[in-house]
Amino acid sequence: MSNENSNLYHDQIVLHLVQFAVVWALLAMTVGVYISAELVWPTIDFGQFWLSFGRLRPLHTNGIIFGFGVSALMATGFYSVQRTSHVPLFMPRLAWFVCYAWQLIILLGGLSLLAGWTTSKEYAELEWPFDIAIAIVWVCFGVVFFGTIANRKIRPIYISNWFYGALIIVIAMLHIVNSLAIPVTIGKSYSLYAGAQDAIVQWWYGHNAVGFLLTGGFLGMMYYFLPKHAGRPIWSYRLSVVAFWAFTYSYIWAGPHHLHYSAVPEWVLSLAMVMSVILLAPSWATMINGIMTVSSASEKLKTDPALKFIVLSLAFYGLATFEGPMMAFPSVNVVSHFTDWTIGHVHSGALGWNAMITYGTFYYMVPRLVGGELYSVRLANIHFWMALAGTMLYVMAMWGAGVSQGLLWLSVDEIGELSFSFKDIMSSMAPFYGLRLIAGLIFLGGTMLMAYNLYKTIAGKSAVKVQVPAVDPAFGVSS
Amino acid sequence: MSALSLHKKIEENTGLLIFGILLVSSIGGLVQILPMLGHDAMEAATANTRVYSAVELTGRDIYIREGCSVCHSQQIRPLIAEVERYGPYSRAGEFVYDRPFLWGSKRTGPDLHRVGGKFSDDWHRVHLIDPRAVVEKSIMPGYPWLAKRDAIQAGKASTKLRALRRLGHPYTDEEIATADAELVGLKEIDALIAYLQMLGTGLSEDISI
Repeated sequence: MSNENSNLYHDQIVLHLVQFAVVWALLAMTVGVYISAELVWPTIDFGQFWLSFGRLRPLHTNGIIFGFGVSALMATGFYSVQRTSHVPLFMPRLAWFVCYAWQLIILLGGLSLLAGWTTSKEYAELEWPFDIAIAIVWVCFGVVFFGTIANRKIRPIYISNWFYGALIIVIAMLHIVNSLAIPVTIGKSYSLYAGAQDAIVQWWYGHNAVGFLLTGGFLGMMYYFLPKHAGRPIWSYRLSVVAFWAFTYSYIWAGPHHLHYSAVPEWVLSLAMVMSVILLAPSWATMINGIMTVSSASEKLKTDPALKFIVLSLAFYGLATFEGPMMAFPSVNVVSHFTDWTIGHVHSGALGWNAMITYGTFYYMVPRLVGGELYSVRLANIHFWMALAGTMLYVMAMWGAGVSQGLLWLSVDEIGELSFSFKDIMSSMAPFYGLRLIAGLIFLGGTMLMAYNLYKTIAGKSAVKVQVPAVDPAFGVSS
Repeated sequence: MSALSLHKKIEENTGLLIFGILLVSSIGGLVQILPMLGHDAMEAATANTRVYSAVELTGRDIYIREGCSVCHSQQIRPLIAEVERYGPYSRAGEFVYDRPFLWGSKRTGPDLHRVGGKFSDDWHRVHLIDPRAVVEKSIMPGYPWLAKRDAIQAGKASTKLRALRRLGHPYTDEEIATADAELVGLKEIDALIAYLQMLGTGLSEDISI
C-alpha cells in the first residue's frame, strides 16, 4: 500500500491551492472594483476607517499578488514540478503546511491592513510579524520545490522549474533585505533604511517582486502549460535558456527607474534606464518562443478557450514588457510618473498577462485534476471575451487619464505660469474613472463566471490518483 | 570546457542551479545599493532638517496608517512646472530621518512635500474631516475618526523615540522622557496637522527653487 502511494502524484494539494487562488481573486478584485468606485463617489466609505481608500488599496494589491498570484503559482508549480521530475512532491506534509500557512498569512495579513498595520512600502505593506511568517513559509516552499527537483528521475531540470526556482530564491532575498526593521509594537516597525536609501531598497524590491513573481513565476507557468496544452515542444529550448539567464541578470538592475527625477544619484537612474531597455530583449525572446510554439497548433486555438487565454496573455505580456522600458526613459517618465498611466501599465500586466494565463491554465488543469470535462466550454468562451473587453477598456481609460494628467500638470503658458490648477485637472478625470469602474466590473464578472464554471467542474470530486509514469531511459537519472 | 557543457552541468544539478540564480540575480542589487548605503549626500541632513518631535512623529505614523502616501507623493521633481506648483524641488538630505520614506508613486491628490505652512491649522482640520467642505470637487475621503481618537492611541511616543534613537536619530534623554506628556490632550488630527505643517520646512531659507 505504502509502496503504491509513494508512486502517486500529490494532486489534492494542487486542487486546494487552485480553489484558494480563485477565492482570493474574487475577493481582491471586488475590493479593486470598490475602491475604483470610491474614486467616482468619494463618500461611499461611509466614514468607516476600514472602508477608507488608503487602507483598501493595499488590501487589493496584496490580495491579488500574494493571495491570488502566489496561490496560483504554488498550485501550478507543485503540479508541474512533479510531472517534469517524474516523482511525487518532496515532504508532502510540509507542502500541506505551506498551503495552509500561506492562506492564513493572507487572511490575517489582510485584516491587519484594514486595522492600519502597514509599513507603507508598496507590495511590502505587511508588518514585521507577517514578514517573519512569510520568510518561514517561503523557505518551506523552497524545501518542497527544490527537494522534489533533487529527487527527480529525469536528468535535465526542465526550464519551467528554473523560473519557479528563480521566483523562490530571488523573492526570498528581496523580501528579507527590504523588510529589515526595528519593531516598536506588534503592528509597527521602523525601517532599517532611511529616506533616499530606503527608496532605493524599496524599489529594488518593488520592481523585482513584479519581475520575479509576476513575470518570472508566471513564465514558469507558461513554459510548462503552453507546450503541454498545444501538444508541441518549446519552439527553441536553447532560446529559452539564454533568455532565462539574461532575464535573471538584467531585471534586477531596473528598479531605480521608479525614481527618475528624484534625489537619487544620476548614475543609478541612468544605469536603471539602460538596463530596463536591455530587458526588452529577453522579455520578447520569451514571448516569441511562446508564440512560435503555439503557431503550429493554431487549429486548436479556434476552439479551445484555455489555449486562447494563454496566447492572448502572451500578447499582453509583450505589450506590457514593451511599455515598461519605454516608461523607463526619463522623457516619457516625466509625463507618466505619478499618473494613472502607471496604474494602466500595471493592469495590462496583471489583468492581461497574469490573470489571463492563470485562467487559461486553470481551465486546462482543473478538468484533468478531477478526471472529468470542463462544466461549460461556452461559459469559458464568454469569460474570454469579457476578460479581453475588460482589460482593453481598463488600459485605455487609464492611458487617457494618465497622459492627460501628465501633460496638463506640466503645462505652462508663454510667460511660464501654470496653465491649470491641480483640482481642475483632477476633477476632469471623472469620465475616465467611470470607464475604469465599468472595465473592472466586466473583468470581475468574467472571473465570477470562471469561479462558477470551475465550481461545477470540481463539485463533489477530489483529485484523481495519477501514477508516476515510467521514465524514458534516454533521459533517466543513472543511479 | 565549452559554454554548452558547462551549462549541461548546471541544468542537471539542483545545487548549481540555485547557486547560479543567486549569483546572477544579486549582482545588480550589489552594484546599485551597496554604494548608496555609505553615500554622504544621502546621510547628511540639509541645513534645517531636524528629527521629528513626539507629536510630529505621531502624526507621521497616522499618515502612514491611513495610507495617505497611496495618493499623495512627497517628492517634488526638478521641473519648472513642479517647482511653481509645489515649491523647491526635494533634496536627499531632507529625508534622512524618514523611516520609511514616503515619496509615493501616485498623485491622485497633489504632492505634499512642501505643504507645511501653506494652509492654516483650521483649514486642515475642516479639510481632513470633510474635504468637500473646502474643496468642492475633491475626491479625497474624509477622516472623521481622527478628531475623536486621542493621539496617544496611535502608539506610545517614548517607545518610538527610543527605537529611532537606536537607529541613530539624535533624540536626547529629556525629549524621550517628555514624549508621552506632549501627546496629552491632543487628538490624532492635531498630531497629523502638526506633521503636515512641518513638512518640507527642512530646507535652508535661501533656497527658492
